[in-house]
Amino acid sequence: MPHSALTRRGAIGALLGTLAVTPAVAATTLLNVSYDPTRELYRDINRAFIAAWKAKTGDVVTINQSHGGSGAQARAVLDGLQADVVTLALAADIDALAQRGLLAADWQSRLPDNAAPFTSTIVFLVRKGNPKQIHDWPDLLKPGVQVITPNPKTSGGARWNVLGALAWARRQPGATDASAEDYLRALFHQVPVLDTGARGATTSFAQRGLGDVLLAWENEAFLARKEFGDADFEIVLPSVSILAEPPVAVVDSVVDKRDTRTVAEAYLHFLYTPEGQEIGARNFYRPRDPAVAARYAETFPQLTLATIQDFGGWAKAQPAYFADGGLFDRIFMPGK
Amino acid sequence: MTRRTALPGFGLTLGMTVTWVSLIVLLPLAALALRPWELGLAGVWHSVSEPRVLAALRLSFGAAALAAAVNVPLGLLIAWVMVRYRFPGRSLADAMIDMPLALPTAVAGISLTALFAARGWLGALLAPLGIKVAYTPLGVLVALIFVGLPFVVRTLQPVILDLPSDAEEAAATLGATRMQTLCRVVLPALAPALLAGFGAALARGVGEYGSVIFIAGNMPMVSEIAPLLIVIRLEQLDYAGAAALGLAMLALSFGLLLLLNRLQHWLPGRAA
Repeated sequence: MPHSALTRRGAIGALLGTLAVTPAVAATTLLNVSYDPTRELYRDINRAFIAAWKAKTGDVVTINQSHGGSGAQARAVLDGLQADVVTLALAADIDALAQRGLLAADWQSRLPDNAAPFTSTIVFLVRKGNPKQIHDWPDLLKPGVQVITPNPKTSGGARWNVLGALAWARRQPGATDASAEDYLRALFHQVPVLDTGARGATTSFAQRGLGDVLLAWENEAFLARKEFGDADFEIVLPSVSILAEPPVAVVDSVVDKRDTRTVAEAYLHFLYTPEGQEIGARNFYRPRDPAVAARYAETFPQLTLATIQDFGGWAKAQPAYFADGGLFDRIFMPGK
Repeated sequence: MTRRTALPGFGLTLGMTVTWVSLIVLLPLAALALRPWELGLAGVWHSVSEPRVLAALRLSFGAAALAAAVNVPLGLLIAWVMVRYRFPGRSLADAMIDMPLALPTAVAGISLTALFAARGWLGALLAPLGIKVAYTPLGVLVALIFVGLPFVVRTLQPVILDLPSDAEEAAATLGATRMQTLCRVVLPALAPALLAGFGAALARGVGEYGSVIFIAGNMPMVSEIAPLLIVIRLEQLDYAGAAALGLAMLALSFGLLLLLNRLQHWLPGRAA
């Protein structure tokens, strides 16, 4: 599995990094443990931050990245992967680290905008010409339409997919919790394969030609068009979607041990600077900075977006929908 | 009375054996066996008797048994050909049998998926017949047949090599048909090795992860294998639940292998 291989590589890298760094001099390393589709974003961010940090302090910093499903990455950090910063798909995964004492419980208020320097949303990626005429959530249930999404149990992006679907279903006239659950059950009947991470789902859809529509992070949908060719795919914006806020945090227990707090905090603050925001927007993440957002207004059309607060926050949404015996488990049980 | 053996010192060698087995095998297994009990007995039972877990166990063990059953006759044929015949390219073919062992399982899974997906070379041929392999339980079977084959072949080869061909010749001179020779002379002699090969392929199939998750589809209740469910539980930070499932798989596998082992001893063909 590519995720675990990457995580393991990250773990080994971090181990070697720690061994190499502890006795050495000024060469600082940071490990950014991130979720699946942010490879390209942080590659660009790292390059810019290293230059900015050198210009400001004269120090050379090396930044290592590790990517995988958000939940898997959180577990790796919990199991001892020495992440100076975590940049995960959803707050619940960082909350899990906070609960076990790796970072302060108030981590989300230590940075602006719920500690999410960029936002994203869930969109549909369809094949050129939209042959199955998919324009909104109900079209996903048309007979013969195959929907590709990763597994919400392991993928943060897929959890946002589920919430986007529920957000639409709950806004329909006469909607109840039961009708929203029925919609979700019908939706997952159209799903032929569950990959463990967002990038795996994109590969299934774009490279292996599986399915008619990919429920994807907006940035991942843009990236798929860029990587696999504009000519082959189209992005469809549903009438309602979800405001995804992938948060970032410094892992207190690690930076205090490795003495990297200053540079780790500077790294995260860099994401909020006009330069960081610009890089985010170029990588198809919606910027928070109004000036940068205005420049990219054409790329990111306004959408009706539900927020996680509409679902009572992750503290409520996570157990209700995604824990064992939760909504997602229920829709797969036969005869209910 | 002491008997001369090649290795010096019974005490020393046994000590080393016990230490090594404890360190490499028993210690991790003990850690696994101790982990889930924070859930309590009822909790562990509940955790391994959920419908989704049962479906995954059924798929993992069912597909592994079926794949091993397919591999036994095929592996016998291959092993027989490799041992008894000389033909150009034999050593090349012989080396290729180990490929499924050497190949990273993820690579095998991705290749099989590409081959059997609806647009793949084989998938495109099967699709008009209404046969779907990739992203179905059938895909799991295909992957397990692929990874299990070398276990059967490699178990059988040395046994066939040792099989004296004069027994077959004697049967032939006594008027046995080819079928009779095969069924009454060759197969009984090979039966323990066939069972051992079956067991090895089965054990490998039950624990297989890398090659399967790419081709399986991973849908709960349908094409989700038990090892994937363990990984999913780990990713939800449910360590105890994952350990409970691991323990259940361990117990089932151990029971099966023990049964196969006993079966080998009861078989008539067992060499004295």
